[in-house]
Amino acid sequence: MFDYAPAPESRDLVKFQASYGHFIAGKFTKPANSYSTINPATEQVLAEISHGTEKDVDAAVKAARQAYEKTWSKLDGATRGKYLYRIARIIQERSRELAVAETLNNGKPIKETRDADIPLVAAWFFYYAGWADKLDYAGLGANPMAHGVVSQIVPWNFPLMMLAWKIAPALAAGNTVVLKPAETTPLTALLFAEICQQAELPDGVVNIVTGFGDTGAMMVGHPDVNKIAFTGSTDVGRIIAKQIAGTDKKATLELGGKAANIVFEDAALDQAVEGIVNGIFFNQGHVCCAGSRLLVQESIQDVVIKKLKARMENIRLGDPMDKNTDIGAINSKEQLTKIDRLVKQGVEEGGERWAPACVIPKNGFWFPPTIITGVSPANTVAREEIFGPVLSVMTFRTPAEAVAKANNSQYGLSAGVWSEKGSRILKMADQLNAGVVWANTFNQFDPASPFGGFKESGYGREGGRHGLLGYLKGSA
Amino acid sequence: MRLDIKKTYKLFIGGKFPRSESGRTYTVNNHKGEFLANVAKASRKDVRESVVVARSAQSGWAGATAYNRGQILYRIAEMLEGRREQFVAEIRELTGLSDKQANQEVDSAIDSWVWHAGWTDKIDAVAGNMNPVAGPFFNISTNQPTGVVAAFAPQESSLVGLVNTIAPAIVSGNSIIAISSETLPICAVTLAEVLETSDLPGGVVNILTGNATELGSWLASHLDVNAIDLEGTLNAAELEMLAAENLKRVIRKGSYSRTGAKGSLQHILDLMETKTVWHPKGH
Amino acid sequence: MPTIDPEAVVGSRITNQSLSRWLHSLPGVDKVGLEARSASLATRSIKTTSKAWALDMAIQMMDLTTLEGSDTKERVRSLCLKAITPDPTDLTTPQPAAICVYGDMVKHAKEALGKNKIHVAAVATAFPSGRASLPVKIADTKDAVNAGADEIDMVIDRGAFLSGNYLEVYKQILAVKAACERKDGSRAHLKVILETGELETYDNIRRASYLAMLAGPDFIKTSTGKVSVNATLPITLLMLQAVKDWFDQTKIQIGVKPAGGIRTAKDAIKYLVVVKETAGEKWLTPKYFRFGASSLLNDVLMQRQKLTTGHYSGRDYVSVD
Repeated sequence: MFDYAPAPESRDLVKFQASYGHFIAGKFTKPANSYSTINPATEQVLAEISHGTEKDVDAAVKAARQAYEKTWSKLDGATRGKYLYRIARIIQERSRELAVAETLNNGKPIKETRDADIPLVAAWFFYYAGWADKLDYAGLGANPMAHGVVSQIVPWNFPLMMLAWKIAPALAAGNTVVLKPAETTPLTALLFAEICQQAELPDGVVNIVTGFGDTGAMMVGHPDVNKIAFTGSTDVGRIIAKQIAGTDKKATLELGGKAANIVFEDAALDQAVEGIVNGIFFNQGHVCCAGSRLLVQESIQDVVIKKLKARMENIRLGDPMDKNTDIGAINSKEQLTKIDRLVKQGVEEGGERWAPACVIPKNGFWFPPTIITGVSPANTVAREEIFGPVLSVMTFRTPAEAVAKANNSQYGLSAGVWSEKGSRILKMADQLNAGVVWANTFNQFDPASPFGGFKESGYGREGGRHGLLGYLKGSA
Repeated sequence: MRLDIKKTYKLFIGGKFPRSESGRTYTVNNHKGEFLANVAKASRKDVRESVVVARSAQSGWAGATAYNRGQILYRIAEMLEGRREQFVAEIRELTGLSDKQANQEVDSAIDSWVWHAGWTDKIDAVAGNMNPVAGPFFNISTNQPTGVVAAFAPQESSLVGLVNTIAPAIVSGNSIIAISSETLPICAVTLAEVLETSDLPGGVVNILTGNATELGSWLASHLDVNAIDLEGTLNAAELEMLAAENLKRVIRKGSYSRTGAKGSLQHILDLMETKTVWHPKGH
Repeated sequence: MPTIDPEAVVGSRITNQSLSRWLHSLPGVDKVGLEARSASLATRSIKTTSKAWALDMAIQMMDLTTLEGSDTKERVRSLCLKAITPDPTDLTTPQPAAICVYGDMVKHAKEALGKNKIHVAAVATAFPSGRASLPVKIADTKDAVNAGADEIDMVIDRGAFLSGNYLEVYKQILAVKAACERKDGSRAHLKVILETGELETYDNIRRASYLAMLAGPDFIKTSTGKVSVNATLPITLLMLQAVKDWFDQTKIQIGVKPAGGIRTAKDAIKYLVVVKETAGEKWLTPKYFRFGASSLLNDVLMQRQKLTTGHYSGRDYVSVD
């Protein structure tokens, strides 16, 4: 009756070049060693991207070192801050263009890039711009020092937002950077390089090298890099930790998760259901801190599942460029295959799978929002990170049982607690082994709020005063 | 030869530019003693009106996100930068400073806004904290703005002194009634124009030109003013006595340098209140 | 029409204590979460064919309202004629569901509307404050029903609600519902106004919704339009969740009417999105969803004109009413 007519955002808001080189010492290099980057919703090629070689990485690190020694470390904090403020403003000015670019390259809905990703990108730069001349207050005493040159590797799930989480604090603290976007989502990083030029950022302070895992490994292994910052899978985080063992290189790692979203019987039910949906279906579940395990108190399991299914019927899957789309494309064929495999395994191990009816587009990579009920802690889908729009549902009877089940994981990135009782929430927060506890909300991010994990979800924090600590050391 | 249009120098109250309700003005001369302008001379009724307006605007300003306040303060810097030539000319006309000195002052004023803008969302990260009390309690201390601040900008500065009087107050969500320097009021009015074009909500900053001693006792004794900054006053001790009536928070003359490109965190905190909240933890 | 057994729903005899226990056992409402959901639904982009459908439906759902102390026979007549022919330049324009007036204006509205299908809704029970004795409020209702009102919009006793006297609120609704009955066995359709602006908290609004629904009205309505905070999107979303849950529990479908403060077509369309994605399409009909509005109609007409002509319209191209 009331079907929403197509409401497409304009594709013309962004123009990609046919091919891109790397961004080193303030200039774009000639494209070489190219591969294609696509739109995962249509499988159309968007541009040719350079696959960074050892020479490219070396040139970038040299440019970063040169910029650090000759320019960036000689500027006072207030001036560094002003560059960051310029970048923040230009991001705000070009926000719609960046949102469209991110949606096309990542597959996530324009509604999310426009309303969540890009505003957070601008806010992150704005926030850290204000720290650049206040480092004496970071908690390391007066005149803390930068590390020098930082290698930063970001994932494909929030490409530009992860770039902001890395570059803003690094520069505010006085470091220079070499950053590699994920191989499937390089385009917004390359647009960011243009923004650095528009802001007149001194050459070499930010360098962008595109490429695959091997390029990243070279960035980690380069002898003239002082610190690594990585967001991605726990498997690669483990490799990096081993690679730098015994060296002087510092690292912060933000890895995987399998967060428990715990709903007590006294929760504000409708908002809890919304929180469950937001927790696992936002960004197609491609979120390290996704609430991928629902722990629902047994006494309200039926009503919660019923409301959850009814709510899921309203989730719109489709063209990410349509402003009414809630769930977009899975970022790659590889990821889609993994999700498929794990969900099948979940069913084989005894879970019951349910998804609302969705019209799946012909091209592209898609997975409907799915719940698997009847899961027990021993099942694969209760333990392994799926990184897709799939919720594993388990029950509990008492708070102690909820805590035990929630903590029973090698991960410890985030957790959700839903209850109208304040003392219970605060006690749960004390007991949960997670770096971020969301009470009566989920997936909230703010540049003023530290984010990061316990255990195999990594170490170090991004956001807030704490987010500076990984980029500074005490004065000599 | 083209005849130029002379500016009328009025008060800045509630985001608007009214004349003094008393109808009074006073003469301002340039550094050579030549007539410059008839500037509005604020009266106690203007003070009264400003306090009402400042109080009314304060909760909305404090209720805005720190991010939003930071953006507005940064925009003030943007607008000020855009009009630097006008400020340089006014400073030179009023004080006889050289071009280099006047530009330095404008630089400091702009950079101070930027420094303050970066504090809005960091105050609690530095000056707020959880308290490790000996019991099963969540206990947190945060800082909130004190409310309405009355302030007297330094008499000897045209611009940067006023900026370093206003910014520390409003960064945390206070609203302010600022009395400008009596002999150097011109930049204060131009600054008001900058504030008005910066998305700053009306009433958050009110600037009155006039005599600090005449206006001082009305502000110092006003029971709906929460804090008073005595920097530009000539009878500070007397005003501090009046302020004691409702235990206003007092910033004494000479507490903070007002000429730099940065302010002081302590100055900001002097105009804030710490609130500590307890909540039990338990299933 | 299905009915419920209130004692079965509450779980015991109806007393103030049992009502209080029942209402306070309902799940709470998280304000931040509710408002975030509402804001998210408000970002839906409704274009072209769906916009045209929504604009027409918005008109059909309107209770075109005049509730001023200065209302006269001529004023009411003029509004009725506007309802009959909202846009003389486009006779495909649908008519609103009803005219909403004070009880003593009902006869003028009935006369002006003649044989048209547009209903006459009357506010009653010492609207807007509700501060009068029950006999006065019942007499007010009966006058309107006898004058020919098709629908009665009553107000609950907010003082009683806020002081915890739920039984009083409930009994008053039952009494007004009884006063809606006509001698021929039919009855005027009853809407219960909660005056959400005075209830303030979402928890209160949820409880008041359930208390009202227990008494078996046709509609629950947000506001009188006469206080500073009237209908809002989150409040309406909350009430739609309540009627949906009530339907799941009792199989009784109750309508929702936001009133006051809905001035633009854009706003009206947001409400229709909220209806669709909360209670569901079963509520997307004037039988179960209404807008209490006055200036909204002209804005919707101008948007309709834009869809037809392709350019923006202006106030000279829609009539004053």
